[in-house]
Amino acid sequence: MATLLEAKGVSKKFGGLTAVDTLDYSVEANAINSIIGPNGAGKTTFFNIVTGYYKPTTGTVQFDGHDIAGLAPHRLTRYGIGRTFQTIRLFGHLSALENVLIGMHHWLRSPWWSDLLKLRSTLREEAEAIRHGEELLAYVGLKGFEDVESRNLPYGLQRRLEIARALATRPKLLLLDEPTAGMNPNETKDMTAFIRRLRDERGLTILLIEHDMHVVMTISDKVTVLDYGRKISEGKPSDVQQDTRVIEAYLGSRALKMIKN
Amino acid sequence: MSALISRWRSIPRWAQLVILAAVVIFVPPVINIVERQTGFGLLTQVNRALIYVSLALGLNIVVGFAGLLDLGYAAFFAIGAYTFGILTWPSLRLDFSFFIAIWVCVLVAALFGMLIGAPTLRLRGDYLAIVTLAFGEIIPPLVRNLDNITIRIGDLVLVESFNLTNGPLGMKPLGRPNFGIVESIAGLSPGQLDPGVNPTFWYFIIVILVLVVLSASRRFEDSRIGRAWRAIREDETAARFMGVNTVRVKLLAFAFGASFSGLAGAVFASMLGAIFPELFRFQVSVFLLIIVILSGAGSVWGVLIGGLLISTFDGVLLAQIMPSIFPNSDVQSLRWVFFGIGLIAVMLFRPQGLFGHLGQRQRASQPVKEAAHGDAA
Repeated sequence: MATLLEAKGVSKKFGGLTAVDTLDYSVEANAINSIIGPNGAGKTTFFNIVTGYYKPTTGTVQFDGHDIAGLAPHRLTRYGIGRTFQTIRLFGHLSALENVLIGMHHWLRSPWWSDLLKLRSTLREEAEAIRHGEELLAYVGLKGFEDVESRNLPYGLQRRLEIARALATRPKLLLLDEPTAGMNPNETKDMTAFIRRLRDERGLTILLIEHDMHVVMTISDKVTVLDYGRKISEGKPSDVQQDTRVIEAYLGSRALKMIKN
Repeated sequence: MSALISRWRSIPRWAQLVILAAVVIFVPPVINIVERQTGFGLLTQVNRALIYVSLALGLNIVVGFAGLLDLGYAAFFAIGAYTFGILTWPSLRLDFSFFIAIWVCVLVAALFGMLIGAPTLRLRGDYLAIVTLAFGEIIPPLVRNLDNITIRIGDLVLVESFNLTNGPLGMKPLGRPNFGIVESIAGLSPGQLDPGVNPTFWYFIIVILVLVVLSASRRFEDSRIGRAWRAIREDETAARFMGVNTVRVKLLAFAFGASFSGLAGAVFASMLGAIFPELFRFQVSVFLLIIVILSGAGSVWGVLIGGLLISTFDGVLLAQIMPSIFPNSDVQSLRWVFFGIGLIAVMLFRPQGLFGHLGQRQRASQPVKEAAHGDAA
């Protein structure tokens, strides 16, 4: 399988704390790559390195032929990295459609003076962007909610809007940070099916952080387990499930002994 | 109120324009009659109110759209006015035409907007407010002391005792718009269209200023750049992750906010015909911020209407009508008390501002019921 993103020897230290510790990790293209691990294992920190929020203390990150470690988030978005957030971070007072249009900001061309003069090229581009935005909203299941302020949407739809906004940036790699957090079993099932569709219909590569083991084990092509910032296991879902190191990380060594006995 | 708005929306656009044009044209004669009856100076107050509206619309870009709290906005007003002064004050012999000078003022103010914006890009909220406050405080003393400039490099004297701003005495007289070409085409005698201090002439010039600033605001609001400003206001970090170059976008907000006020400052200076450092004190920044927040930060029409009402309240009711009713009390000294009470009341009962709902397209602002949630089929 082709590799879209490759991290080599990546560490991130905050003072005395090493959140990510010399991690080697590669993201397989057109696949759902999941990262799991107990709380504080360094999953979100790694996400923030990949999306440019943190500069790694050591190590390199290659994405699609570019060396991206330490580049600003908005430049990484241009290279094709889109993301959602663990806690929803929509633009609350903007409508659903406007939220999606912000995702298009970096590839829309209209300069400020053209906005000011309402040049024909700008009007055409805006109309096209709005049409594309409505399409994306329909795709994630938000048809009819275009003009609703995003803070007034129900929780499940806010999660979907975040994905629509990320899709609007035209990503090659989509990072989803706990997309089913706070969802009920039905919503979780919908979301799981939807993530699959993103891979199958849009050819996206997905990097997923998820706590819901059922979700991870159902949809992942590859699962990586982090603990204390290190990779402790990697492979197909079924392999990882059997790995004693993983059980130990989640349940502790005493639990592991009890299971063995 | 909302019935009035929907009524207004239902009439065709050309009819709206005709009504607005009629109102704009008939304001001076009507006010002239009222002035003669009452003895109040009203039209000069309307002109002042319209200048404040232009300034408030500029501040609305920085504070209302981009959410960057600017406490020193009067500095850009001063920069616009003093640039105009330098370009047209006879003693300096630059003698720029009004119509060229105002655009130079726009550029200079925009430049200063970016200069103050650049070092503050990493600051948020309170910290940004403090830096802009300091900038606003620096400008009046700076202008007051630029009347005797001497620059020496070793023994080489580059500039000696150069009077740029005339210090505390102020600059006077300043350039006025010259309609010589219009006069010769229309067959009028020279000077017939000299606005002088005639408030009616200035009223129409300032209306044009407001129209320029207003339409620029409206066009920005729903454009690519305006959306990016509002996204930064909502969540700057998320905006960066969505590909918005926040550094560039914030600098543009500062530049445009400042350029509006540079333009207003130039027209203001020309209208008064004289400028002094004291005209641009901290109170002006505070007054403009009060207009934006009371009216509804981020709403262009709200700031327009609120700015007119609040400035008129201040300049006519508080400064003229109240003293004539209560001649023995000093109502004017209570000015800030009124605004303070107004701010508290708005924060408690109408945090979106008095007119914050104006101009928002039929955007649903009510929560959507959970039942409406459908599958992503």
